[in-house]
Amino acid sequence: MFTRPARLASIAPLLWMLLFFLVPFGFVVKISLSQAAIAQPPYLPLFDLGAGWEALQAAFAALSLDNFKLLFADDLYWRSYLRSLAVAAAATALLLMIGYPIAYAMARLPRRWQALAMMLVIIPFWTSFLIRIYAWINILQHDGLLNQILLGLHLVSAPVVWLSTDSAMMLGLVYSYLPFMILPLYATLSKIPPSLLEAAQDLGASPRRAFWLVTWPLSLPGIGAGVLLCFIPIVGEFVIPDLLAGSDSMMIGQTLWLEFFTNKDWPVASALAVLLLALLLLPLLAYERLQRRQLEGGR
Amino acid sequence: MGRVRLSRFNIASLAFGLAFLYLPIVILVIYSFNGSRLVTVWGGWSTRWYAEFFNDQAMLAAAWMSFRVALASATAATVIGTLAAVALARGGHFRGRTLFSGMLYAPLVMPEVITGLSLLLLFVALNAERGFWTVTIAHTTLTMCFVAVVVQSRLGALDRSLEEAAMDLGCTPLRAFVAVTLPLIAPAIAAGWMLAFTLSLDDLVIASFTTGPGSATLPIRIYSEVRLGVKPEINAICTLIIAAVTLLIIVASLASKLSNARADSAAPM
Repeated sequence: MFTRPARLASIAPLLWMLLFFLVPFGFVVKISLSQAAIAQPPYLPLFDLGAGWEALQAAFAALSLDNFKLLFADDLYWRSYLRSLAVAAAATALLLMIGYPIAYAMARLPRRWQALAMMLVIIPFWTSFLIRIYAWINILQHDGLLNQILLGLHLVSAPVVWLSTDSAMMLGLVYSYLPFMILPLYATLSKIPPSLLEAAQDLGASPRRAFWLVTWPLSLPGIGAGVLLCFIPIVGEFVIPDLLAGSDSMMIGQTLWLEFFTNKDWPVASALAVLLLALLLLPLLAYERLQRRQLEGGR
Repeated sequence: MGRVRLSRFNIASLAFGLAFLYLPIVILVIYSFNGSRLVTVWGGWSTRWYAEFFNDQAMLAAAWMSFRVALASATAATVIGTLAAVALARGGHFRGRTLFSGMLYAPLVMPEVITGLSLLLLFVALNAERGFWTVTIAHTTLTMCFVAVVVQSRLGALDRSLEEAAMDLGCTPLRAFVAVTLPLIAPAIAAGWMLAFTLSLDDLVIASFTTGPGSATLPIRIYSEVRLGVKPEINAICTLIIAAVTLLIIVASLASKLSNARADSAAPM
């Protein structure tokens, strides 16, 4: 009896998301099929509904797949895609290796400490990416704290170049996304009843074996959520590689940014976005299913 | 797993994790009070970089712009996001539900360059003047998803028999919602608002795409300064933002704790 008015509540958000989320993708697709032009807006053809049927037909005829052909022909583009996928995969693997023991330890804390630990993990999660990356630039720069300490301890004889390297970017990615990995892992790990582990041990399993037989398989949904929550946005990441990695090879988010803001080639930028979205469609669908199941299932 | 004893490895993991998360921020905050013009040389405690910030008109204008956008977009996102959460948590299986929840959850992980680019192309096609309103709409679209998730998980944990009892006693569904449900989820709504506010305050990529000339937000200004190198004034601004966000998070978490406590105490009815 509550459902009909509740459904009415969906009208406003539905219209909002249609207009500002779904329809804009239509424009991205349309402009990815257009050509760059020195004009305002900087692409052709323009669809002018007032110009009559003939003009519209001509505009449709002018759409082409040239931009997508370019993406495959020029190795700058597919190299960016490959680099993005490789960087995201490596960073996600690192995040899982570092995040799992932390989430596991959090779940083993006494109950009253768990809330505090969770809050301590959440606070950086809501602090700006930009600020946290900037904090690392402070530390990693040529005469930054890290080099000063290393020089002071006579571990190195000259300042080490940390900034503008792939290691700095990896560090920045792991640092920024760590809470995204820890939180879903902690959420599943803390729900595993201790009695299951006790049963496994009563039946003769060593703690290590009990972990691999009980805890690990039961934490797989959390691993899935954490991996997707990190992998998908890292593939399209812009700020971290832009500020921390060297300029010799770019991730796809940087290439898109460059095409859009520097080269003002909106059609190629749109084509890059369409392809990026296609690449991420499967992980996005998997994430959506997990999210829905988590919020709606099991209650 | 509450009763298990922590191993040394557990304690080491926790200590490492927290140190890793907080040390860079602590160093940033300390350096913001550095009296020296050289960021890396310690010149004694000083608040001169804070004074510098409060005299930097361009930076202040950007901060004011960010604040207004965050206020407006968080409020809009809270209203729309709460409606979405109610529809999903109480609407049963209506037609278009999969599309609806799909659109709602996708922006949570969607790379920001895609969201930003697509919204910009929409605004250009609509011939909208870019500035305060376009950034506000963009941030509302991004943050309402977060509000919806927070409120929906609260609604899912709530005992529906309370609403049903109110309606058995003669309340209309709307009245039952306003009199019973709304007060119980109010802290979650407040927490959602604060999260939306901080997300909007932090966003660089989407704002860069959707803003127009002359209306840079604070992250856009900070980013252009950071690209030129480290400046002590940026340390001071970042410290102020961190302080503001931390305060909001603490309030938000207290609010949601209150919400849980209230829902628990109401449940045995």
